[in-house]
Amino acid sequence: MTFNADFWRFVFGRFTLDALPLHEPILIYTFIGVAVIGIALLGAITYLKAWKYLWTEWFTSVDHKRIGVMYIVLGLVMLLRGFSDAIMMRAQQALAFGHNQGYLPPHHYDQVFTAHGVIMIFFVAMPLVTGLMNFVVPLQIGARDVAFPFLNNFSFWMTVGGAVTVMMSLFVGVFARTGWLAYPPLSGIAYSPDVGVDYYIWALQVAGVGTLLSGVNLIATIIKMRAPGMTLMRMPIFVWTSLCTNVLIVAAFPVLTAVLALLSLDRYVGTNFFTNGFGGNPMMYVNLIWIWGHPEVYILILPAFGVYSEVVSTFCGKRLFGYVSMVYATIVITILAYLVWLHHFFTMGSGASVNSFFGITTMIISIPTGAKIFNWLFTMYRGRIRFELPMMWTLAFMFTFVIGGMTGVMLAVPPSDFVLHNSLFLVAHFHNVIIGGVLFGMFAGITYWFPKAFGFKLDPFWGHMSFWFWVVGFYFAFMPLYVLGLMGVTRRLNHFDDPSLQIWFVIAAFGALLIFIGIISFIVQLVVSFIKREQLRDVTGDPWDGRTLEWSTASPPPAYNFAFTPIIHDHDAWWDMKKRGYTRPIQGFHPIHMPKNTDAGVILAGLSVAIAVGMIWYVWWLAAVSFVSLIVFAIAHTFNYKRDFHIPTEEVVRTEAERTRLLTEGA
Amino acid sequence: MSTSLDIAPAGSEPVSFYVAEEHGHHPENGTLLGFWLYLMSDCLVFAVLFATYAVLGRNYAAGPSGADLFELPTVALNTSMLLLSSITYGFVMLAVEKGKQTPALVWLAITGLFGMAFVGLELSEFAHLIHEGAGPQRSAFLSSFFALVGTHGLHVSVGIIWLITLMVQVKQRGLIPENKRRLMCLSMFWHFLDVVWIGVFSFVYLIGALR
Amino acid sequence: MHLRRSRPILLLPVFGLLAGCNMVTMHPSGDVAVQQRDLIIASTLLMLLIIVPVMLLIALFAWRYRQSNTAATYDPEWHHSTQLEVAIWSAPLAIIVALGALTWISTHVLDPYRPIARISPTQAVPQGIKPLTVEVVALDWKWLFIYPDLGIATVNELAAPVDTPIAFKITASSVMNSFYIPALAGQIYAMPAMETKLHAVINKPGEYEGFSANYSGEGFSDMHFKFHGMSNADFQRWVQTVKAGGGGALNRADYLRLAMPSERDPVHRYAVVAPDLYEAILNECVDSSKMCMSDMMRIDAHGGLGLPGGRNLVATDYESLRRRDGRRARTYVASICEIPGAADLKSRLAQTRPQTRLLNDR
Repeated sequence: MTFNADFWRFVFGRFTLDALPLHEPILIYTFIGVAVIGIALLGAITYLKAWKYLWTEWFTSVDHKRIGVMYIVLGLVMLLRGFSDAIMMRAQQALAFGHNQGYLPPHHYDQVFTAHGVIMIFFVAMPLVTGLMNFVVPLQIGARDVAFPFLNNFSFWMTVGGAVTVMMSLFVGVFARTGWLAYPPLSGIAYSPDVGVDYYIWALQVAGVGTLLSGVNLIATIIKMRAPGMTLMRMPIFVWTSLCTNVLIVAAFPVLTAVLALLSLDRYVGTNFFTNGFGGNPMMYVNLIWIWGHPEVYILILPAFGVYSEVVSTFCGKRLFGYVSMVYATIVITILAYLVWLHHFFTMGSGASVNSFFGITTMIISIPTGAKIFNWLFTMYRGRIRFELPMMWTLAFMFTFVIGGMTGVMLAVPPSDFVLHNSLFLVAHFHNVIIGGVLFGMFAGITYWFPKAFGFKLDPFWGHMSFWFWVVGFYFAFMPLYVLGLMGVTRRLNHFDDPSLQIWFVIAAFGALLIFIGIISFIVQLVVSFIKREQLRDVTGDPWDGRTLEWSTASPPPAYNFAFTPIIHDHDAWWDMKKRGYTRPIQGFHPIHMPKNTDAGVILAGLSVAIAVGMIWYVWWLAAVSFVSLIVFAIAHTFNYKRDFHIPTEEVVRTEAERTRLLTEGA
Repeated sequence: MSTSLDIAPAGSEPVSFYVAEEHGHHPENGTLLGFWLYLMSDCLVFAVLFATYAVLGRNYAAGPSGADLFELPTVALNTSMLLLSSITYGFVMLAVEKGKQTPALVWLAITGLFGMAFVGLELSEFAHLIHEGAGPQRSAFLSSFFALVGTHGLHVSVGIIWLITLMVQVKQRGLIPENKRRLMCLSMFWHFLDVVWIGVFSFVYLIGALR
Repeated sequence: MHLRRSRPILLLPVFGLLAGCNMVTMHPSGDVAVQQRDLIIASTLLMLLIIVPVMLLIALFAWRYRQSNTAATYDPEWHHSTQLEVAIWSAPLAIIVALGALTWISTHVLDPYRPIARISPTQAVPQGIKPLTVEVVALDWKWLFIYPDLGIATVNELAAPVDTPIAFKITASSVMNSFYIPALAGQIYAMPAMETKLHAVINKPGEYEGFSANYSGEGFSDMHFKFHGMSNADFQRWVQTVKAGGGGALNRADYLRLAMPSERDPVHRYAVVAPDLYEAILNECVDSSKMCMSDMMRIDAHGGLGLPGGRNLVATDYESLRRRDGRRARTYVASICEIPGAADLKSRLAQTRPQTRLLNDR
């Protein structure tokens, strides 16, 4: 009998059938839904015999454009999950008043808000941002790929691995019930003994490796692979913001990795970094996690700022106003991002001088940010503004973001923060800047570069639907939270007694519903655009009368991006080329040296997830076997020296001839 | 900014917008920069661990302190192993420069042996501490000590595995450019660990033993 | 286009609703909260100085330079103006300088650790008045208030006389919480083995909401209490009621039971409270087999207890129970006088570090 129990514990660790949420109807239905959609999707792929295509052309691809697209797909899929969590919370808070306890008990609700935060930051915003940078940066600097193409594929699959780990927690076991930053002692083994926090840690560690490596990769790409003539001060602003973002990634994510590693040591080994007894110090965790966490905010927002800069100057038909001050503003923000972390916990009682120092540094960030807003504003001045969707998103951003900036500065004054901290005002503030700043920027970017990626524009009608529902929905969903915050309502509550609050939560839930319609419209937009792709087709490769290099090549660009490496004379390189009568070369092609596809990324990431699962469930043999396999496979991979090939001249000639044909037919 | 590419007023002379003749592509361009960036990020991991040690290093929880635990002679021996291994790695690179494969392999092997001696000594120190009841669970000081020194030891161990792999690869393919590049990366990694160890030795062991 | 311009109109009904709602942070009843409210309003107005013109300009430029308006100037190469650049950097800078000064001063004046200087805008704290000290402990998931000067304690109920300075000393038993009474003053974290402080005053009698503003687990949503501002006479009567109310005594053993996780606890009033209880809670040694944090820190400041000290551990059932995993037995550093051989340890300490003061025996 004992042998049996020990044996099963050895095989399955702490996993038992109880870990399956068979008693939670919401999860059962979700699981059935996900399973049905999943099987339908897998069935469709099988039916279309698309497995081989997906595997060879996408999953194992080292092409930065394909990886960029896959990142964005991942971000959008996870947006659906993160948003489901959001709408569940909004519904719970709109219902749970007085005797009505709502439909989510704390055990479930607490997982929902934790998962919402984690997913939206790490698996929605990060993939969207990384995806755009991956797709756009090499094209804008006139490169054929990133510096380390295999690493790029591996980074992507590690991010997927993290996302898979989080999703697994929905149906096997539980997710963390600690809030998205998992402050100890609550996240320590003493107060969160189940698998939740372990899911959290391992999902972020696996994805964190991917993020860090992709940061290294893009910095090296931008530093080393710019086309001749592209000095630093001729780089498009999006490249500048990407550079700064990746510098932030490389300088911030190791801190997250380290602090989560220390938390895991506390949980697995019984060390005392963040425990109450034995000299541990939970406040150190709070400091360290925000030393990563605050730069993370700028990691997300800077690329969005880059998108707006590109969009504004393109759709105003005008050079960006104040390029140099834009660059310096970006650099100043990058540096200041490290000097403000303490404003996330003024209420810890650090003393007046420390608090005011961090309060004032925080406010100083609003100076370069304000300068940026003015730069966009004066780019519009004396422009010819085309109100295409990317520009609409940008205008919505400018209106919305200044409100978020204002409430942010209010929170930066420590005594005001004592009143507003952890309240729904804070929640409203950061959604105001993340939705109004990052997400609007991502939608602007996706709409802007979609024709570059696929060769046809997105359908404008459904785009406008999505736009208006998102923007109006945002205001309905979050303005009430500002009010509730001023009414002294704190965050993460799953039940209320005061009935006078309910109306505000109902309005917020209504806003969430509008956003839901916005998301649906976006999906419909994708489908409709695909169906109407021939009508929306762009053969010129330059559908918006663009200004930067990516618009000089075909849409979608050939695998090698540019048949000839461009030479740059001005920071709006393509605009400059068009202005001075550039003619596209149609002969003299030569073979192009390119990296080969590889399946190593998928395999390494898969093994990492296996390690994570083993560690989460205490299935030590699985973790050990996977770890050894990972090392052995990685070593074996280094024995492969043939990682590149040449695209033969004939193929380049064929591809370019096809483009010539399309261009002449279009003209 | 480069002035050579600045163009004359429009229309005065034709400008070139693309590189007509391309002589191959250099995929290894960014490798050393990329690896250096990775090292900087690793350096931040150590920075966090050092900071943790700085905050928690005196929280003995009424248990033993560094003065009670550290045996400086052992640590000095340990340190000399690592410093010597850095020197011998220097000899590896000198041999590689001259294209001498066998001496490079011999020096690599010696470097690896020094590295193993270092890790071995460290493991025996850890075993001794745990046996004395001064394991990583005993106090925040010991937690941060084990985390910092252990992370460094883990890095050295990874370095040793990498070193052995490279020895096989050099043996198989000789000192081809790819292998030279890899040896260069490992060299940066190895010296980086050496530098970190000097920090560990001074901040943890010396100050700890003298405190 | 036309829809965008009409957005402010969409927001109008919201402002209507705003007038009707009870914004406690905008109409607080304590002088500290009033000053914080004023600060929020002042900083908002300062920023509106720049935000409003920016918003108007965005709308104006978007409208004026639309593609269909061919009458507007189009200057595709205009991208630099030194005067304008100076202006766009210095305008926010000026506002931030003003706001920074305001921040520096207000953060120091409203430092929660600093005893208050005034009772209301018109009234300074009278000479010689002794503030009411309240020791606050955040438990899983309820609040314990100890009145050391009055010798009483309450659970989930707090009372204080109006216009009297209150000095809160705040700690927690297990995880982080945040002690917040919006009508009284801004919040501050309650953390285990740490003490934070808050000084405040309530100016109007009444019943106010208090709660934890930092998520602390399963029972967090119901972790609230009523704060009663009372006239001096009412407060004296309330104290007498508590003392005579038969709520019993709160000693260490009772506290250990009280600290077990529980939700929606009713108000309880203890007529007597052990005088050293708060110190013991703060130092995590209510269970007297555990070493107090203060002792531990004193020992650590002198270099710990050496190798023998490494074995000075004790397992306590109680601590295992209070943890939310229940089953794991775990050890803690034992209180020095509780273990065999403690005398040896002490003599060792005395020999090696003569400056060490010996630990208090309990």
